[in-house]
Amino acid sequence: MTTVFDPSAAAAQATDAILHDTLHGTARGVVVDSPPGAGKSTLVVRAALELAEAGHPLMVVAQTNAQVDDLVLRLAEKNPELPVGRLHSNDADPYDKALDGLENVRKSAKAADLAGQAVVISTAAKWAHVKVDEPWRHAIVDEAYQMRSDALLAVAGLFERALFVGDPGQLDPFAIVGSEQWAGLSYDPSASAVTTLLAHNPDLPQHRLPVSWRLPASAAPLVSDAFYPYTPFRSGTGHGDRGLSFAVPSDGSGPDRVIDEAAASGWGLLELPARHTPRTDPEAVRAVATVVRRMLDRGGAATSERSPDPSPLTADRIAVGTAHRDQAAAVRAALADLGVTEVVVDTANRLQGREYDVTVVLHPLSGRPDATAFHLETGRLCVLASRHRHACVVVCRAGVTDLLDDYPSTEPVQLGTVVKFPDGWEANHAVLAHLAEHRVAWRP
Amino acid sequence: MSLISTLARLEAVSTGRAQPAATVRHRHLGDRPLVFVPLITAGEAGAPLGALVGTDRDAPRLLVVPQPRDRDLRFAFLADLADVVLPYVDAYAEVVEAAERTETDPETGKRVKVEVDLCADAPQLIVPSRAGIDLVRLLGRSMRFRRTAEQDPEAPYPAPPRVPLLGRWLTHFGERARVPGSSLLLAMTDVLGRHWATGQSSLEDQHLGALLAWIDPPEGMTGAEAALKAELERDAQGQLTCPPAGPATDPAFDNKLLAPAIERYDRARTALAAAEDGLEADERLGALTSAEQEIRDLVHSRTRPTWDAVWRGLDLLRELPEGAHVEERWTRDRWSFTGHRDRVLAGEPPQPRRDDAVTAANKLATREREQARLEAQEALDDPLVMAGRRLAGEAFAGEVTDVVMAYSDGKRPSPRPLVTVRTDDRPHLGERTKVYRSLGGKPQSAEFVADEEDGACVVLRILDKMGRGKEPEPGSVPEKGDRVCFTLFEHEQRGGAKLPDPEETPWTHGGPPGEATLEAADPVTEEDVL
Repeated sequence: MTTVFDPSAAAAQATDAILHDTLHGTARGVVVDSPPGAGKSTLVVRAALELAEAGHPLMVVAQTNAQVDDLVLRLAEKNPELPVGRLHSNDADPYDKALDGLENVRKSAKAADLAGQAVVISTAAKWAHVKVDEPWRHAIVDEAYQMRSDALLAVAGLFERALFVGDPGQLDPFAIVGSEQWAGLSYDPSASAVTTLLAHNPDLPQHRLPVSWRLPASAAPLVSDAFYPYTPFRSGTGHGDRGLSFAVPSDGSGPDRVIDEAAASGWGLLELPARHTPRTDPEAVRAVATVVRRMLDRGGAATSERSPDPSPLTADRIAVGTAHRDQAAAVRAALADLGVTEVVVDTANRLQGREYDVTVVLHPLSGRPDATAFHLETGRLCVLASRHRHACVVVCRAGVTDLLDDYPSTEPVQLGTVVKFPDGWEANHAVLAHLAEHRVAWRP
Repeated sequence: MSLISTLARLEAVSTGRAQPAATVRHRHLGDRPLVFVPLITAGEAGAPLGALVGTDRDAPRLLVVPQPRDRDLRFAFLADLADVVLPYVDAYAEVVEAAERTETDPETGKRVKVEVDLCADAPQLIVPSRAGIDLVRLLGRSMRFRRTAEQDPEAPYPAPPRVPLLGRWLTHFGERARVPGSSLLLAMTDVLGRHWATGQSSLEDQHLGALLAWIDPPEGMTGAEAALKAELERDAQGQLTCPPAGPATDPAFDNKLLAPAIERYDRARTALAAAEDGLEADERLGALTSAEQEIRDLVHSRTRPTWDAVWRGLDLLRELPEGAHVEERWTRDRWSFTGHRDRVLAGEPPQPRRDDAVTAANKLATREREQARLEAQEALDDPLVMAGRRLAGEAFAGEVTDVVMAYSDGKRPSPRPLVTVRTDDRPHLGERTKVYRSLGGKPQSAEFVADEEDGACVVLRILDKMGRGKEPEPGSVPEKGDRVCFTLFEHEQRGGAKLPDPEETPWTHGGPPGEATLEAADPVTEEDVL
């Protein structure tokens, strides 16, 4: 007998358990692992509102100013009456101007000015400068897997207990200097905040959000298998719920064929001939730009569970992801040459947490003669392959599978560290094997 | 690897000579550095075989352990090393100048200025290669927890006096070497590799002989030929003519020369112990001495070429003028040296085996700040380094073609002039990206407004350092025709947030570490007393 999987019920059940532990549990911390697009922000907003309604003063720690502003806007949207404090830096333009229009949001660079607000939100970097006599009863730490252990050390004295929410599959935090000296220590300052937290408090309740609402049915199984093999998740929508169609028919070129393949199956691989290239491979960059240009020209329309009518695939619904900043700059320049300026082009680090209808990805290993730890990092590929609601087109030079086989991982083994599974080698092979079924070979 | 270093390496290959990667020297070189060329025994981590050490290039002190597995001989070596290193360190510890430091007053909790001693100069240790730095750390680690007979009469194998202290100092040198831009302990290959780009990989650059061959090849040879010769050429006995810079030795040397010599030494020693009368003992002592001398000659023959190479490297580096910010970074090295001197004088215990959570986080934060500072300062000090940043889109230089006065909104309008810069560079500028230029050594910030003529001209709005008046102070705004260079990276680093004290380590990081205890030396194992 098979039971029908009801994504809404499964997600609601998980959320209820998390909120119960947060509001009524005895543990000092609750950890929530959330796969891409599983409603992490919704959960944070809901937990914040329920804690505030229960009369618990709450501090919220996010990692970037954009994340903080986004949370403030979402909180105000759900409950415009809630007194929210936005603690910001002393820099020029420290917060999103949209916050000025919100009546119950108070903004200040001094924590003392915000005393008495039901919820006070800021970045970890800003919280680190705050001194308090009486710690907050509750805190929510958002994107806790992106937070470094030393950043948590700086703020953990501010709260008694906390809800830690994040995505373990995304990019790990990094240090710009070597930190091998502390590898294997439970409080390695360059490790993620959650790693340290759980090393010292292994009995904390850990939850998992089981449903991705962002990833379509075509993408969730691949991303789940490749990047979350031991904590699988499902998509919230079925195969027929989303669709992508183009008004202008294909002209038969490589970019058009790969667009059609991605529209039909959710994935497309535009494969350029094998070649070792500089990072800003001009042909690959041009191919990425051409795919984006054609997508816009062909009048795309996306249908989804959100609305009965198709919505046009506009430039703000498309993003391009790269591994390096100079690659992003090269793609931006190539797009500008084709008259496209609205499309977001950024590195994996900066695309974390963002969502688009369609993404075009320049594969991190495309054209490389070697596979370094940076380019193999599981989180990088995971971020790039999990930003889309409808389809993802990967542009890559042929020969990456051989490259992976030629260069086994040579990173030194550190004693006492938690080995992350799957490793980048395995995850890359899994993704490439799947993409091979949606391959369009093209010689520009 | 950045584009400019790739280009420099390609150029080195095509010209057959290393290309400059810097026009000034980015590391401090003292007047009297202590050069340390150690060798270790194959197959036994941290067992020294010998070393050349000293401050006089013509008179190095040769230290040798004729039987590296003999603990007593090893301790004798370390004691001899302490006799060279510690007086050298002490000489710098004694000369101080007055300086100011900001400290937190324990009673009021306020930040106050206090007058303290700062050592006028600091010692500087130079080893041939990065592996030498690791050995300095390992030696420090193996010595600092040892007890002398005076400290602990019960210690089964008491260390000679001053050996634990040498361990603490070597640990400090090794730890300081992890701070970017520090010069207390330098590896010659790293410093040369920073200033020259060779036509080989950075891994191959770890061979000091090959690296020098690229930088300064002998007459009639290309760098590639000379480097190959340095790496591979062997004499009639099958020995490398340019021995590796260590601390590891060439296996051919170990097998063919060193092992038989040590065996002869062992036999002579056994024979001496078995001598039955004084006459026989005298004779056998002579044999032992000559066996020992043979090993000393062998160690000298493998360390001397490296010793000379390190000094040649120093000569090459001294030909470069010192970068403008090097002195400032060296002052921080002096603070670090003075701090450790004070800890030793105050009778504090040796550095713990592992950092606690707060110390580790503080060290990481300091090093990240120093790394960012080093990258900015090297670019500001050196047009060649800046060229690399410009090529990477992180800076741009050009000529000012237009200046339009403008003012900020608000009650008291401040000057916010718009400056147009014509540049051939392609900086990665986005909306309102902040850029900085050096104005009398201080960073002046501006923001990106627009680009014109398809990116050939950049319009900037100058934001600060123009004084308090309505009109900018003279010289604070670039003028038409000026050559300017703006960077996208900040020139100075902000201090991070203060972390809690170790005794207030939060529950997320395991809570307070507890009382510091005096850590015992490693237990003696069978391998230690072979």
